[in-house]
Amino acid sequence: MYDIKALYEAESVQDAIRLRLAHPEAQLIAGGSDVLVQIREGRRAGAELISIYTLDELRGVTMEPDGTLRIGPLTSFSHLARDPLIQQHIQVLGEAADQVGGPQIRNIASIGGNVCNGATSADSASTLFAWDAVVELTGQAGIRRLPIQAFYRRAGVVDLQPDELLTGILIPRAAYEGYRGHYIKYAMRNAMDIAICACSVNVKLSDDQETIVDARITFGVAGPVPLRCPAAEAIARGAAVSEETVRAFAAAVLEDIHPRDSWRASKDFREHIAVELARRALRRAVELEGGTL
Amino acid sequence: MAQYKLVRCRINGRDTETMVDVRASLTDLLRNDFSLTSVKKGCEVGECGACAVLIDGECFNSCIYLAVWADGKEIRTLESLLGPGGELSDIQQAFVDEAAIQCGFCTPGVLMTATEILESGKLYTDEELRKLLSGHLCRCTGYQNILRAVKKTMYQRLGLPLPGAAEASAIS
Repeated sequence: MYDIKALYEAESVQDAIRLRLAHPEAQLIAGGSDVLVQIREGRRAGAELISIYTLDELRGVTMEPDGTLRIGPLTSFSHLARDPLIQQHIQVLGEAADQVGGPQIRNIASIGGNVCNGATSADSASTLFAWDAVVELTGQAGIRRLPIQAFYRRAGVVDLQPDELLTGILIPRAAYEGYRGHYIKYAMRNAMDIAICACSVNVKLSDDQETIVDARITFGVAGPVPLRCPAAEAIARGAAVSEETVRAFAAAVLEDIHPRDSWRASKDFREHIAVELARRALRRAVELEGGTL
Repeated sequence: MAQYKLVRCRINGRDTETMVDVRASLTDLLRNDFSLTSVKKGCEVGECGACAVLIDGECFNSCIYLAVWADGKEIRTLESLLGPGGELSDIQQAFVDEAAIQCGFCTPGVLMTATEILESGKLYTDEELRKLLSGHLCRCTGYQNILRAVKKTMYQRLGLPLPGAAEASAIS
Protein backbone atom coordinates (compact mmCIF):
# COMPACT_ATOMS: atom_id res chain seq x y z
CA MET A 1 0.00 0.00 0.00
CA TYR A 2 1.17 3.46 -0.83
CA ASP A 3 0.76 6.33 1.57
CA ILE A 4 -1.67 8.19 -0.68
CA LYS A 5 -4.27 10.52 0.81
CA ALA A 6 -6.57 10.49 -2.20
CA LEU A 7 -6.46 9.54 -5.86
CA TYR A 8 -8.34 11.42 -8.56
CA GLU A 9 -8.41 9.79 -11.97
CA ALA A 10 -8.72 12.21 -14.88
CA GLU A 11 -10.93 11.05 -17.73
CA SER A 12 -9.86 13.70 -20.23
CA VAL A 13 -7.46 16.62 -20.52
CA GLN A 14 -10.25 19.03 -19.52
CA ASP A 15 -11.10 16.80 -16.57
CA ALA A 16 -7.44 16.85 -15.48
CA ILE A 17 -7.43 20.67 -15.61
CA ARG A 18 -10.63 20.76 -13.55
CA LEU A 19 -9.13 18.35 -11.01
CA ARG A 20 -5.96 20.43 -10.77
CA LEU A 21 -8.00 23.54 -9.98
CA ALA A 22 -10.20 21.67 -7.51
CA HIS A 23 -7.22 20.09 -5.73
CA PRO A 24 -4.36 22.56 -5.87
CA GLU A 25 -2.23 20.52 -3.47
CA ALA A 26 -2.45 17.38 -5.57
CA GLN A 27 0.49 15.98 -7.50
CA LEU A 28 0.08 14.91 -11.12
CA ILE A 29 1.07 11.31 -11.77
CA ALA A 30 1.75 9.96 -15.27
CA GLY A 31 3.64 6.63 -15.29
CA GLY A 32 4.60 7.11 -11.65
CA SER A 33 8.12 5.71 -11.84
CA ASP A 34 9.34 8.81 -10.00
CA VAL A 35 6.25 9.89 -8.08
CA LEU A 36 5.46 6.48 -6.57
CA VAL A 37 9.10 5.96 -5.61
CA GLN A 38 9.10 9.37 -3.90
CA ILE A 39 5.95 8.40 -2.01
CA ARG A 40 7.61 5.15 -0.92
CA GLU A 41 10.71 7.05 0.19
CA GLY A 42 8.53 9.35 2.26
CA ARG A 43 9.33 12.50 0.29
CA ARG A 44 5.80 12.71 -1.05
CA ALA A 45 4.11 10.53 1.56
CA GLY A 46 0.48 11.39 2.20
CA ALA A 47 0.12 13.06 -1.19
CA GLU A 48 -3.08 13.58 -3.10
CA LEU A 49 -2.63 12.36 -6.68
CA ILE A 50 -4.25 13.23 -9.97
CA SER A 51 -3.65 10.33 -12.31
CA ILE A 52 -3.50 11.04 -16.02
CA TYR A 53 -1.97 7.64 -16.84
CA THR A 54 -5.10 6.34 -18.58
CA LEU A 55 -5.47 9.29 -21.00
CA ASP A 56 -4.65 7.41 -24.18
CA GLU A 57 -5.22 10.54 -26.31
CA LEU A 58 -1.87 11.76 -24.94
CA ARG A 59 0.01 8.70 -26.28
CA GLY A 60 1.79 8.18 -29.57
CA VAL A 61 3.74 10.14 -32.15
CA THR A 62 2.08 11.85 -35.11
CA MET A 63 3.09 14.19 -37.92
CA GLU A 64 1.10 17.40 -38.29
CA PRO A 65 0.24 18.78 -41.77
CA ASP A 66 3.10 21.33 -41.60
CA GLY A 67 5.63 18.60 -40.84
CA THR A 68 5.82 19.19 -37.09
CA LEU A 69 6.39 16.00 -35.13
CA ARG A 70 3.98 15.76 -32.22
CA ILE A 71 4.97 13.51 -29.35
CA GLY A 72 2.20 12.64 -26.91
CA PRO A 73 3.62 13.25 -23.44
CA LEU A 74 2.36 9.92 -22.10
CA THR A 75 4.22 7.97 -24.76
CA SER A 76 6.39 5.46 -22.93
CA PHE A 77 10.11 5.36 -23.61
CA SER A 78 9.88 1.88 -25.11
CA HIS A 79 7.16 2.96 -27.55
CA LEU A 80 9.11 6.11 -28.39
CA ALA A 81 12.25 4.10 -29.15
CA ARG A 82 10.26 1.80 -31.49
CA ASP A 83 8.18 4.50 -33.17
CA PRO A 84 8.59 4.61 -36.96
CA LEU A 85 8.33 8.43 -37.19
CA ILE A 86 10.95 8.86 -34.48
CA GLN A 87 13.22 6.33 -36.15
CA GLN A 88 12.86 8.07 -39.48
CA HIS A 89 13.24 11.70 -38.44
CA ILE A 90 14.84 12.00 -35.01
CA GLN A 91 16.34 8.62 -34.39
CA VAL A 92 18.66 9.97 -31.70
CA LEU A 93 15.66 10.68 -29.46
CA GLY A 94 14.72 7.01 -29.70
CA GLU A 95 18.30 6.07 -28.83
CA ALA A 96 18.25 8.38 -25.80
CA ALA A 97 14.87 6.97 -24.74
CA ASP A 98 16.35 3.48 -24.97
CA GLN A 99 18.93 4.38 -22.30
CA VAL A 100 16.47 5.41 -19.58
CA GLY A 101 16.40 3.10 -16.53
CA GLY A 102 15.81 -0.53 -17.50
CA PRO A 103 13.36 -2.30 -19.83
CA GLN A 104 10.41 -2.40 -17.42
CA ILE A 105 10.97 1.25 -16.48
CA ARG A 106 10.93 2.18 -20.17
CA ASN A 107 7.54 0.47 -20.47
CA ILE A 108 5.95 2.59 -17.74
CA ALA A 109 7.88 5.87 -17.72
CA SER A 110 6.63 8.62 -20.03
CA ILE A 111 8.60 11.27 -21.85
CA GLY A 112 6.25 13.97 -20.52
CA GLY A 113 6.85 12.90 -16.94
CA ASN A 114 10.58 12.91 -17.59
CA VAL A 115 10.37 16.49 -18.90
CA CYS A 116 8.01 17.79 -16.20
CA ASN A 117 10.32 16.54 -13.43
CA GLY A 118 12.70 19.27 -14.52
CA ALA A 119 15.74 17.10 -13.83
CA THR A 120 18.99 18.04 -15.55
CA SER A 121 19.81 14.34 -15.86
CA ALA A 122 16.65 13.36 -17.78
CA ASP A 123 17.80 11.33 -20.77
CA SER A 124 15.11 12.77 -23.02
CA ALA A 125 15.71 16.39 -22.02
CA SER A 126 19.14 17.10 -23.47
CA THR A 127 18.08 15.57 -26.77
CA LEU A 128 14.83 17.56 -26.85
CA PHE A 129 16.81 20.75 -26.16
CA ALA A 130 19.08 19.90 -29.09
CA TRP A 131 16.01 19.53 -31.33
CA ASP A 132 14.58 22.96 -30.38
CA ALA A 133 11.53 21.19 -28.99
CA VAL A 134 8.44 23.19 -28.11
CA VAL A 135 6.18 22.22 -25.24
CA GLU A 136 2.44 22.59 -25.56
CA LEU A 137 0.66 23.38 -22.30
CA THR A 138 -3.10 23.23 -22.04
CA GLY A 139 -4.83 25.23 -19.32
CA GLN A 140 -8.15 26.77 -18.46
CA ALA A 141 -7.66 29.65 -20.87
CA GLY A 142 -6.41 27.53 -23.74
CA ILE A 143 -3.13 26.39 -25.19
CA ARG A 144 0.26 28.01 -24.73
CA ARG A 145 3.46 26.96 -26.45
CA LEU A 146 6.98 27.73 -25.39
CA PRO A 147 10.49 26.55 -26.22
CA ILE A 148 11.64 23.78 -23.92
CA GLN A 149 14.53 25.98 -22.76
CA ALA A 150 12.02 28.44 -21.33
CA PHE A 151 9.99 25.62 -19.74
CA TYR A 152 12.91 24.59 -17.51
CA ARG A 153 13.03 27.29 -14.82
CA ARG A 154 15.56 25.83 -12.38
CA ALA A 155 16.57 22.46 -10.98
CA GLY A 156 13.40 20.41 -10.56
CA VAL A 157 11.08 23.30 -11.45
CA VAL A 158 9.28 23.76 -14.76
CA ASP A 159 6.92 26.50 -15.89
CA LEU A 160 3.73 24.49 -15.47
CA GLN A 161 0.92 26.68 -14.11
CA PRO A 162 -1.52 25.36 -11.48
CA ASP A 163 -4.21 24.78 -14.11
CA GLU A 164 -1.97 23.36 -16.81
CA LEU A 165 -1.10 20.00 -18.29
CA LEU A 166 1.66 19.17 -20.75
CA THR A 167 -0.30 17.97 -23.79
CA GLY A 168 2.33 17.79 -26.49
CA ILE A 169 6.03 17.92 -27.25
CA LEU A 170 6.55 19.38 -30.69
CA ILE A 171 9.58 19.24 -32.94
CA PRO A 172 9.23 21.77 -35.80
CA ARG A 173 10.17 20.57 -39.25
CA ALA A 174 12.91 23.20 -39.63
CA ALA A 175 14.53 21.83 -36.46
CA TYR A 176 14.89 18.25 -37.71
CA GLU A 177 14.92 18.28 -41.51
CA GLY A 178 18.40 17.55 -42.80
CA TYR A 179 19.85 16.98 -39.33
CA ARG A 180 21.30 13.86 -37.76
CA GLY A 181 22.25 13.53 -34.15
CA HIS A 182 24.04 11.48 -31.56
CA TYR A 183 23.48 11.14 -27.81
CA ILE A 184 26.00 9.89 -25.27
CA LYS A 185 25.07 9.07 -21.71
CA TYR A 186 28.04 8.78 -19.41
CA ALA A 187 27.11 6.67 -16.38
CA MET A 188 28.64 3.97 -14.20
CA ARG A 189 26.28 1.23 -15.35
CA ASN A 190 24.45 0.50 -18.59
CA ALA A 191 21.10 -0.05 -16.88
CA MET A 192 19.20 1.54 -14.00
CA ASP A 193 21.62 4.41 -13.69
CA ILE A 194 21.48 8.19 -13.89
CA ALA A 195 23.82 10.13 -16.16
CA ILE A 196 26.94 11.64 -14.60
CA CYS A 197 27.12 13.75 -17.70
CA ALA A 198 25.16 13.51 -20.94
CA CYS A 199 25.63 15.13 -24.32
CA SER A 200 23.40 15.40 -27.37
CA VAL A 201 24.61 16.82 -30.68
CA ASN A 202 22.69 17.45 -33.92
CA VAL A 203 24.40 18.41 -37.13
CA LYS A 204 23.41 19.55 -40.61
CA LEU A 205 26.08 19.41 -43.32
CA SER A 206 26.29 21.18 -46.65
CA ASP A 207 25.32 19.20 -49.77
CA ASP A 208 28.97 18.38 -50.49
CA GLN A 209 29.40 17.30 -46.84
CA GLU A 210 32.45 19.53 -46.49
CA THR A 211 30.92 22.24 -44.30
CA ILE A 212 28.89 22.23 -41.10
CA VAL A 213 25.80 24.29 -41.89
CA ASP A 214 24.48 24.07 -38.34
CA ALA A 215 25.24 22.26 -35.11
CA ARG A 216 23.35 22.15 -31.83
CA ILE A 217 24.73 20.77 -28.61
CA THR A 218 23.09 20.24 -25.24
CA PHE A 219 24.45 18.89 -21.99
CA GLY A 220 22.60 17.25 -19.14
CA VAL A 221 24.10 17.30 -15.63
CA ALA A 222 26.45 20.14 -16.61
CA GLY A 223 24.30 22.72 -14.82
CA PRO A 224 21.07 22.81 -12.79
CA VAL A 225 19.01 22.33 -15.96
CA PRO A 226 19.95 20.95 -19.38
CA LEU A 227 21.83 23.63 -21.30
CA ARG A 228 22.85 24.50 -24.83
CA CYS A 229 26.38 25.68 -25.64
CA PRO A 230 26.07 28.76 -27.89
CA ALA A 231 29.85 29.32 -28.02
CA ALA A 232 30.55 25.86 -29.38
CA GLU A 233 27.60 26.09 -31.79
CA ALA A 234 28.93 29.39 -33.18
CA ILE A 235 32.33 27.82 -33.82
CA ALA A 236 30.84 24.91 -35.72
CA ARG A 237 28.37 26.93 -37.79
CA GLY A 238 29.84 27.47 -41.24
CA ALA A 239 33.11 25.74 -40.35
CA ALA A 240 34.81 23.11 -42.46
CA VAL A 241 34.30 19.46 -41.51
CA SER A 242 37.71 18.86 -39.98
CA GLU A 243 39.50 17.60 -36.90
CA GLU A 244 40.35 21.20 -36.02
CA THR A 245 36.69 22.19 -36.03
CA VAL A 246 35.82 19.21 -33.84
CA ARG A 247 38.61 20.09 -31.39
CA ALA A 248 37.67 23.76 -31.20
CA PHE A 249 33.98 22.92 -30.86
CA ALA A 250 34.65 20.49 -28.02
CA ALA A 251 36.97 22.87 -26.15
CA ALA A 252 34.42 25.70 -26.40
CA VAL A 253 31.76 23.82 -24.42
CA LEU A 254 33.63 24.86 -21.26
CA GLU A 255 32.53 28.44 -21.87
CA ASP A 256 28.91 27.54 -21.28
CA ILE A 257 28.73 24.56 -18.95
CA HIS A 258 28.94 24.85 -15.19
CA PRO A 259 28.75 21.42 -13.60
CA ARG A 260 29.00 21.02 -9.85
CA ASP A 261 30.76 18.76 -7.42
CA SER A 262 28.46 16.08 -6.10
CA TRP A 263 28.88 12.69 -4.48
CA ARG A 264 28.51 11.14 -7.92
CA ALA A 265 31.33 13.02 -9.64
CA SER A 266 33.48 16.09 -9.23
CA LYS A 267 33.18 19.30 -11.23
CA ASP A 268 36.65 18.76 -12.73
CA PHE A 269 35.80 15.25 -13.83
CA ARG A 270 32.51 16.35 -15.38
CA GLU A 271 34.26 19.14 -17.30
CA HIS A 272 36.86 16.72 -18.57
CA ILE A 273 34.18 14.24 -19.64
CA ALA A 274 32.05 16.98 -21.22
CA VAL A 275 34.78 17.98 -23.67
CA GLU A 276 35.36 14.38 -24.64
CA LEU A 277 31.62 13.69 -25.02
CA ALA A 278 31.24 16.78 -27.24
CA ARG A 279 34.11 15.59 -29.41
CA ARG A 280 32.77 12.06 -29.79
CA ALA A 281 29.13 13.11 -30.26
CA LEU A 282 30.00 15.66 -32.96
CA ARG A 283 32.24 13.16 -34.76
CA ARG A 284 29.51 10.55 -34.75
CA ALA A 285 26.82 13.01 -35.85
CA VAL A 286 29.03 14.18 -38.73
CA GLU A 287 29.61 10.57 -39.77
CA LEU A 288 25.86 9.89 -39.68
CA GLU A 289 25.39 12.88 -41.99
CA GLY A 290 27.84 11.32 -44.41
CA GLY A 291 30.81 13.53 -43.58
CA THR A 292 34.35 12.20 -43.25
CA LEU A 293 36.89 13.17 -40.62
CA MET B 1 -11.03 7.60 4.75
CA ALA B 2 -10.34 4.62 2.60
CA GLN B 3 -11.14 5.07 -1.07
CA TYR B 4 -12.04 2.10 -3.26
CA LYS B 5 -12.58 1.50 -6.94
CA LEU B 6 -14.03 -1.42 -8.84
CA VAL B 7 -11.36 -2.86 -11.12
CA ARG B 8 -12.22 -5.27 -13.91
CA CYS B 9 -9.31 -7.03 -15.52
CA ARG B 10 -8.28 -10.36 -16.96
CA ILE B 11 -5.74 -12.17 -14.79
CA ASN B 12 -4.06 -15.28 -16.18
CA GLY B 13 -6.92 -15.83 -18.61
CA ARG B 14 -9.72 -15.31 -16.08
CA ASP B 15 -12.02 -12.27 -16.00
CA THR B 16 -12.05 -10.71 -12.56
CA GLU B 17 -13.80 -7.92 -10.66
CA THR B 18 -12.24 -6.61 -7.49
CA MET B 19 -12.90 -3.69 -5.17
CA VAL B 20 -9.46 -2.19 -4.93
CA ASP B 21 -8.08 0.19 -2.34
CA VAL B 22 -6.70 3.03 -4.47
CA ARG B 23 -3.48 2.97 -2.44
CA ALA B 24 -2.70 -0.59 -3.54
CA SER B 25 0.03 -1.42 -6.00
CA LEU B 26 -0.59 -4.09 -8.60
CA THR B 27 1.75 -6.32 -6.54
CA ASP B 28 -0.60 -5.89 -3.56
CA LEU B 29 -3.62 -6.76 -5.71
CA LEU B 30 -2.10 -9.87 -7.24
CA ARG B 31 -0.64 -11.22 -4.00
CA ASN B 32 -3.36 -10.31 -1.52
CA ASP B 33 -6.53 -10.72 -3.58
CA PHE B 34 -5.47 -13.52 -5.92
CA SER B 35 -2.72 -15.31 -3.93
CA LEU B 36 -0.39 -15.04 -6.92
CA THR B 37 2.70 -15.23 -4.75
CA SER B 38 5.09 -15.65 -7.66
CA VAL B 39 4.89 -11.85 -7.78
CA LYS B 40 7.64 -11.05 -5.29
CA LYS B 41 8.04 -8.01 -3.11
CA GLY B 42 11.68 -7.14 -3.58
CA CYS B 43 12.84 -3.53 -3.57
CA GLU B 44 9.32 -2.09 -4.07
CA VAL B 45 10.79 0.89 -5.91
CA GLY B 46 11.07 -0.52 -9.44
CA GLU B 47 14.77 -1.37 -9.31
CA CYS B 48 14.99 -5.15 -8.94
CA GLY B 49 12.34 -6.62 -11.24
CA ALA B 50 11.21 -9.36 -8.80
CA CYS B 51 7.58 -8.21 -9.12
CA ALA B 52 7.53 -8.08 -12.94
CA VAL B 53 4.30 -9.11 -14.67
CA LEU B 54 2.99 -8.83 -18.21
CA ILE B 55 0.33 -6.21 -18.84
CA ASP B 56 -1.13 -6.39 -22.35
CA GLY B 57 2.02 -8.23 -23.40
CA GLU B 58 4.57 -5.77 -21.99
CA CYS B 59 6.60 -6.33 -18.86
CA PHE B 60 6.06 -3.93 -15.95
CA ASN B 61 7.31 -3.77 -12.39
CA SER B 62 3.98 -4.28 -10.60
CA CYS B 63 5.31 -2.63 -7.42
CA ILE B 64 5.27 0.80 -9.07
CA TYR B 65 2.01 0.29 -10.95
CA LEU B 66 -1.19 1.38 -9.24
CA ALA B 67 -3.70 -1.46 -8.98
CA VAL B 68 -6.48 0.83 -10.26
CA TRP B 69 -4.60 1.22 -13.55
CA ALA B 70 -5.13 -2.49 -14.20
CA ASP B 71 -8.76 -1.81 -15.10
CA GLY B 72 -9.45 -3.18 -18.58
CA LYS B 73 -6.01 -4.76 -18.88
CA GLU B 74 -4.85 -8.31 -19.43
CA ILE B 75 -2.37 -9.36 -16.77
CA ARG B 76 -0.20 -12.45 -16.75
CA THR B 77 2.00 -13.74 -13.95
CA LEU B 78 4.36 -16.69 -13.75
CA GLU B 79 1.42 -18.94 -12.78
CA SER B 80 0.06 -18.52 -16.33
CA LEU B 81 3.08 -20.22 -17.86
CA LEU B 82 2.26 -23.68 -16.50
CA GLY B 83 0.45 -26.15 -18.74
CA PRO B 84 -3.04 -27.48 -17.86
CA GLY B 85 -1.58 -30.35 -15.87
CA GLY B 86 0.94 -28.16 -14.11
CA GLU B 87 3.71 -28.92 -16.62
CA LEU B 88 6.59 -26.55 -16.86
CA SER B 89 6.74 -24.45 -20.02
CA ASP B 90 9.80 -24.61 -22.28
CA ILE B 91 11.34 -21.48 -20.80
CA GLN B 92 10.85 -22.71 -17.22
CA GLN B 93 12.39 -26.07 -18.11
CA ALA B 94 15.31 -24.27 -19.74
CA PHE B 95 15.90 -22.35 -16.50
CA VAL B 96 16.03 -25.68 -14.64
CA ASP B 97 18.29 -27.33 -17.22
CA GLU B 98 20.71 -24.41 -17.40
CA ALA B 99 20.82 -23.91 -13.61
CA ALA B 100 19.51 -20.39 -14.14
CA ILE B 101 17.92 -20.59 -10.68
CA GLN B 102 19.50 -20.72 -7.28
CA CYS B 103 17.47 -19.14 -4.50
CA GLY B 104 14.65 -18.49 -6.97
CA PHE B 105 13.48 -15.14 -5.66
CA CYS B 106 14.21 -13.21 -8.86
CA THR B 107 13.16 -16.08 -11.14
CA PRO B 108 9.43 -15.36 -11.60
CA GLY B 109 10.18 -11.79 -12.65
CA VAL B 110 12.98 -12.79 -15.00
CA LEU B 111 10.72 -15.42 -16.55
CA MET B 112 8.08 -12.79 -17.32
CA THR B 113 10.66 -10.62 -19.08
CA ALA B 114 11.88 -13.74 -20.87
CA THR B 115 8.28 -14.36 -21.96
CA GLU B 116 8.02 -10.84 -23.38
CA ILE B 117 11.31 -11.39 -25.23
CA LEU B 118 10.27 -14.78 -26.62
CA GLU B 119 6.80 -13.62 -27.66
CA SER B 120 8.32 -10.85 -29.78
CA GLY B 121 9.30 -13.66 -32.18
CA LYS B 122 12.60 -11.92 -32.87
CA LEU B 123 16.11 -13.29 -32.89
CA TYR B 124 18.34 -11.20 -30.62
CA THR B 125 22.10 -11.10 -30.24
CA ASP B 126 23.65 -11.87 -26.84
CA GLU B 127 24.27 -8.16 -26.38
CA GLU B 128 20.62 -7.34 -27.09
CA LEU B 129 19.44 -10.10 -24.75
CA ARG B 130 21.66 -8.75 -21.96
CA LYS B 131 20.12 -5.33 -22.39
CA LEU B 132 16.58 -6.74 -22.51
CA LEU B 133 17.24 -8.68 -19.29
CA SER B 134 18.97 -5.80 -17.54
CA GLY B 135 15.94 -4.78 -15.49
CA HIS B 136 16.40 -7.69 -13.08
CA LEU B 137 18.75 -8.13 -10.18
CA CYS B 138 19.94 -11.64 -9.37
CA ARG B 139 22.45 -12.08 -6.57
CA CYS B 140 22.99 -15.84 -7.13
CA THR B 141 23.46 -16.88 -10.72
CA GLY B 142 25.75 -14.23 -12.14
CA TYR B 143 23.25 -13.91 -15.02
CA GLN B 144 25.19 -16.06 -17.48
CA ASN B 145 22.96 -19.12 -17.01
CA ILE B 146 19.84 -16.97 -17.29
CA LEU B 147 21.12 -15.60 -20.58
CA ARG B 148 21.87 -19.12 -21.77
CA ALA B 149 18.39 -20.38 -20.87
CA VAL B 150 16.63 -17.51 -22.65
CA LYS B 151 18.88 -17.81 -25.68
CA LYS B 152 18.37 -21.56 -25.96
CA THR B 153 14.58 -21.22 -25.77
CA MET B 154 14.61 -18.34 -28.26
CA TYR B 155 16.44 -20.52 -30.81
CA GLN B 156 14.16 -23.48 -30.07
CA ARG B 157 10.98 -21.48 -30.59
CA LEU B 158 12.31 -20.01 -33.82
CA GLY B 159 13.22 -23.51 -35.03
CA LEU B 160 16.86 -22.54 -35.43
CA PRO B 161 19.95 -24.48 -34.34
CA LEU B 162 21.66 -22.97 -31.29
CA PRO B 163 25.04 -21.64 -32.39
CA GLY B 164 27.86 -23.68 -30.90
CA ALA B 165 25.54 -26.50 -29.78
CA ALA B 166 27.01 -29.06 -32.20
CA GLU B 167 30.57 -28.43 -30.98
CA ALA B 168 29.48 -28.63 -27.36
CA SER B 169 27.77 -32.03 -27.76
CA ALA B 170 30.74 -33.36 -29.76
CA ILE B 171 33.04 -32.55 -26.82
CA SER B 172 30.79 -34.10 -24.18
